[in-house]
Amino acid sequence: MSDLAQRRDDVVTPTQDDETRKVRYRGGGFSPKPRAFIAPIVFLVLVVIWEIGSHFGLIPPIVLPSPSEVLQALKDLVQSGLLWKHLSASLYRLIIGFTCGTILGLAAGALIGLWSYPRAALRPLVAAIFPIPKIALLPLFIIWFGIGEGSKVATILFGSFFPTVIATYGGIDAVDRSLINMGQSFNLSRWSIIRKIIFPSALPAILNGMRISASISIILLVAAEMIGAEYGIGAYVLLAGNLMSTDQLIAGVILLSILGLVVSYLISLAEQYFLRWRK
Amino acid sequence: MDLEIRNLSHKYNDLEVLKSISLEIRSGQIVCIVGPSGCGKSTLLRMIGGLEQPTSGGVYQIGEPPADSLNPLTYIFQDFALLPWRTAWGNISLVLEEHNLGAEAVRERIENVLERTRLTEFANAYPRQLSGGMKQRVAIARALAVNPAVLLMDEPLSALDSQTRELLMDDFVALWQREAFTACYVTHNLAEAVALGHKIIVLSRRPGVIRNVVEIPVPIGERQHGSPELIEIQDQLWEMMREEALSADRELADV
Ligand SMILES: Nc1ncnc2c1ncn2[C@@H]1O[C@H](COP(=O)(O)OP(=O)(O)OP(=O)(O)O)[C@@H](O)[C@H]1O
Ligand SMILES: [Mg+2]
Repeated sequence: MSDLAQRRDDVVTPTQDDETRKVRYRGGGFSPKPRAFIAPIVFLVLVVIWEIGSHFGLIPPIVLPSPSEVLQALKDLVQSGLLWKHLSASLYRLIIGFTCGTILGLAAGALIGLWSYPRAALRPLVAAIFPIPKIALLPLFIIWFGIGEGSKVATILFGSFFPTVIATYGGIDAVDRSLINMGQSFNLSRWSIIRKIIFPSALPAILNGMRISASISIILLVAAEMIGAEYGIGAYVLLAGNLMSTDQLIAGVILLSILGLVVSYLISLAEQYFLRWRK
Repeated sequence: MDLEIRNLSHKYNDLEVLKSISLEIRSGQIVCIVGPSGCGKSTLLRMIGGLEQPTSGGVYQIGEPPADSLNPLTYIFQDFALLPWRTAWGNISLVLEEHNLGAEAVRERIENVLERTRLTEFANAYPRQLSGGMKQRVAIARALAVNPAVLLMDEPLSALDSQTRELLMDDFVALWQREAFTACYVTHNLAEAVALGHKIIVLSRRPGVIRNVVEIPVPIGERQHGSPELIEIQDQLWEMMREEALSADRELADV
């Protein structure tokens, strides 16, 4: 009893005259939060400044047409039915080239990632061809496949093939060995290990590669369409430039921006769906 | 089914890791392997399950595994080795999918092992949503699902905190009492070894040779935590390990 009492006396209590302050919080910041309303405001403000500038002649129309003129050009494009013609020609090339390039790239990447001989044979080849800007091959493709659709699709195919190959075998190389060992220790077949362990492990890397190859594909699409194409967004932009009609030119550029955004949105959707286990 | 390791030696290039190891793992017995770090315990265990080939000697199965055993030699790994994109349920079904059991039988099996490892409520949780102890219980459930004849465990508890470790040890004991399984259990932790092992193999420092074999006559179910008998064995083991470590140090000092 007296022991306890003794101890209570020893407890240190803050004395009144000491200054009491709360510990200052210093853990915040460095984590940008979504602010959804900012982006439309910035966009709108820029467009309004641009319109006003054009209206009062601060921006010469030959340098940059006003937003309303660009809008008018877009409207003309829709009303004349040319929009769909240009867009469908471009989408056709992009989809065929990108899809074939990606499928072939996945196959070649898997070969390199999984088997020794294809790896020894193909990896140096891929390493040698990958850094060539594929636009430089366009004249060659025109000689090989003709000025028509063939050369355009081939350029896009080539452009999306190599990043996919590299992303795929890179992803396979990085698969956690212990998971493969686990599969083997449970007697899973080789095919099961590839399908259920290796492929899902490599998928984040593969989707990342697709993001890169998609943007490369759009660049190559426009470049290819600037050489000998009747229809296509690239052809439209080139023609507008030749005619110095900057309103149409800007309209075409806006279409390209929308195309790029849509493609990257689709890939984000794929990521959200296939990688939902990550979070 | 018994396992016999006969005169097994292994070298990684010029590095001699294991030397003339011979030991038997009898059906229904838990054999613990202890030894200083780097002496080749994991290597030995990988060889017992056929994940690696020894330079000489071999591992033999004596007798047929039970007919209902889908994967006679089954591992429980230190790092759990769960697929992060599959739920607890999916991780267990992974190892059953190739056996043509039929959907109903697979479901029953998974439910049964989840129940035995007290994970029924977490069937649909992804590994990232589970604590370390629960992850290892999923791995244990996955191993039990294939009716193993021998469980091969490489430090299955060493990635966990000590409380979780105690609880999982109790789980192991309970599982063993419910149905005596055969196991080879590699560990650094001597308390685990004396709590679970019928037989404890002490390996020397590298190259690993069997330095001692200690049998514990007390039935696993009756082992009291901290009973004088176990403490004595544990001290004995500790003394051997200490000598190994000290002589390794001395060797280094000579260089
Ligand atoms: N694949 C390998 N190639 C070359 N050397 C290896 C390989 N695996 C292990 N070793 C070496 O073999 C020796 C034994 O390794 P092992 O992992 O079996 O030891 P261990 O007893 O399990 O050690 P720990 O208690 O630290 O887990 C170590 O010296 C290690 O460096
Ligand atoms: Mg080890």
